[in-house]
Amino acid sequence: MTVALPAAPVAAPRRQLLVATTLACASGFMVIIGMLAMWMKFRAGAPTRASSDALKTIKDWLPADVSIPEVAANVMLITFPIGCVMAQWAVYSAKRRDSQHNGLAYFVCTIMGIALVNAQIAVYSQMGIGIADGSYQTMFYAITGTMLLFIAGGIAFSLVAFFRSVGGRSDEVHVATAHAMYWYFLTAAFTAVWFVVYVQK
Amino acid sequence: MTTIVNNVGDTTHVQSTGSSFVVATGQWVTSSDHKKIGRLFVGASLLFAVVAAVTGAILGFERMSPDHMQIFSGNASVQVISFFHFALVFGVLAPLFVGIAIAVVPMQVGSRAISLPRLAQYAFWAWFFGALLVIVSLIGNGGPGGGNSNMVDLYLLGLALAIVGVLAGSLVIATTVLTSRTPGMTLDLIPAFSWAALVGSVASLLSLPVALGTIVYLYVDHEHTGKTFGADGINTHLGWVVSQPMSLVFIVMALGVLAEVAPVTARVRQPLRPVVLGGLALATSAVLGAVTQTSHVLEWTGTNSDKVKSAIPFLVFNGLPLLGILITIALAMLSLKEGKPRINAAFVLATFGSLMILVGAAGNFVGSVSSAGVTATSFGEGTTLYFVYGGVLSAIGALTHWAPKLWGRVLSDTKVLGLAALGLLGTIASSFPMYIAGFANQPANSVNGFKYGGPIALWNGLAGLGHVLLIVTVLGFVGLLVAAVLGGEQASDDPFDGHTLEWAIPSPAPVNNFAELPLVNSSEPVLDAKPSSQEVSA
Repeated sequence: MTVALPAAPVAAPRRQLLVATTLACASGFMVIIGMLAMWMKFRAGAPTRASSDALKTIKDWLPADVSIPEVAANVMLITFPIGCVMAQWAVYSAKRRDSQHNGLAYFVCTIMGIALVNAQIAVYSQMGIGIADGSYQTMFYAITGTMLLFIAGGIAFSLVAFFRSVGGRSDEVHVATAHAMYWYFLTAAFTAVWFVVYVQK
Repeated sequence: MTTIVNNVGDTTHVQSTGSSFVVATGQWVTSSDHKKIGRLFVGASLLFAVVAAVTGAILGFERMSPDHMQIFSGNASVQVISFFHFALVFGVLAPLFVGIAIAVVPMQVGSRAISLPRLAQYAFWAWFFGALLVIVSLIGNGGPGGGNSNMVDLYLLGLALAIVGVLAGSLVIATTVLTSRTPGMTLDLIPAFSWAALVGSVASLLSLPVALGTIVYLYVDHEHTGKTFGADGINTHLGWVVSQPMSLVFIVMALGVLAEVAPVTARVRQPLRPVVLGGLALATSAVLGAVTQTSHVLEWTGTNSDKVKSAIPFLVFNGLPLLGILITIALAMLSLKEGKPRINAAFVLATFGSLMILVGAAGNFVGSVSSAGVTATSFGEGTTLYFVYGGVLSAIGALTHWAPKLWGRVLSDTKVLGLAALGLLGTIASSFPMYIAGFANQPANSVNGFKYGGPIALWNGLAGLGHVLLIVTVLGFVGLLVAAVLGGEQASDDPFDGHTLEWAIPSPAPVNNFAELPLVNSSEPVLDAKPSSQEVSA
């Protein structure tokens, strides 16, 4: 015989998409953190050699003829927080059921994502290194390529949210919040990559 | 308008006319009913358990005469050992408990469905095909140290896909517990197994992605130069994923089974319940060790400062999980003392499994002391086996406990108890000789070319025999289950006087679990609703 329990009132929706996105973002962040840890381990273990004047010891990690285009990298760093502001604008407009602003915010996020991909490609072309040229180059492409994949995920998320908004679902606060969470994750992940890969090198 | 669909999985509208087999297969393949997805995970992992144990038996018998090859030829042993480690952790331990949690947790927390059911479905197929790719790659001379470059790439892809599957499963479990609890069920009121599923899933979500990042490096390097990580890169940089500390992360749900079953067996509310939940959470502190991608060995040499520097990570990464396991088991036993237990097969299996896990964790602790001299010996394999086979025993206990809800049948206690004894014997026989051989310096990941003063044939033969006993245990359990499903009697709704919400729904559980969501205001809502005579006063 089944035990009878008192029936509950209808449960309020509990933001499944936001919670799932947050957990997925935490996992994505751990991917980047793990890769950065490996990067630092290899950098620390890189062989050393004396400089040509024999006055100092140089780590054979970043090749001498490779320079990192810091302008493009810094522009990327600035673009991410702007993307977050746009994503938060989408949340604000969704709460106000403002379909025009909501759609526009998602669209700008998509454009920001595409601009980030463009900036990363600019970094690659200005550096002019080949993926098989050495340990630094291989690991550089691996970690920035992974970051690029996460950005592509952000573009896809923004596009889907944009089309949903245009299709009349501009009041979906949980989608907007989850979308914003993803952009915050992208910003945090890239900031870590920027500091370790582009600044500390 | 919400985008979340909660009443998915009801595929019963498909009529079983025409080819009923095709229809039934289609229902299983495409179902988003969490109980079906969970059972797919469980079935496939039990199959993997048999294959892994067969591999272990072959390895054990091959090691009996390490001066020459009896079964393997050439470098085949490298692939077989790689498969054995992969199968133990990602073929058995991780998916088995992900499957059980996907099947059981929504019922326990009073939800009509699992959160993100399509992702749960994806989790199974991603893991399954990832595991198949790993097998194909190893057969084709891929994997760690493999000679076929394309197959090495395939191995990395398969491993990544299997990990993504486990991650997706963990994500839906954690999201379900966090968002789909019935009204009134706050986090401190969730059942012990659901709590273990939550903390275990979060631990997986935080540690497994580190392995994914490493796989990206290995894949890019191997695809282009192969110079950065070298031929042994996979073993060097991913060895931790298929041994300790990663296996420690997956055993938390096995402990959750004991924490769930013990108070039901004792017919009493769990004494010091918050401490039990704390113990389970403490066991997941192994995640800290996992994200550092290495085992933390205690080097008791050098200055006092050096000793402290070595002791702190050692105690945090190896000691805290052991403490958590100890607390969980001790409090489960305390519930027996407080109540009037009716010992059944599920409880015995969960206890045996947890004790084996405790031995494994103690072994991991001792083995991580450098002066013990067992680093890079078969000792580590013994620890992994204690964890995995202990986990299998706990999982069989869990399936026995929840069989009424998953299959609508109660399994014969006597027969399952026989299997429990066999499984315990098999676990000890397969694992403990590896500990002894480890102290005698039998190298890890080798099947020949070693020598030490001791009965090599005895230890390895015993280990091989232990694996055979495990094969009999798993196949015996599957046989019992099939026989019960085909010819057994329908189980009652609450055959074990359960405490938690899954015992308030019919057996087997209907597609959407609850006709109407129950209101909950304690951690044992079903026990509360029963006449007070059914509870033994503490």
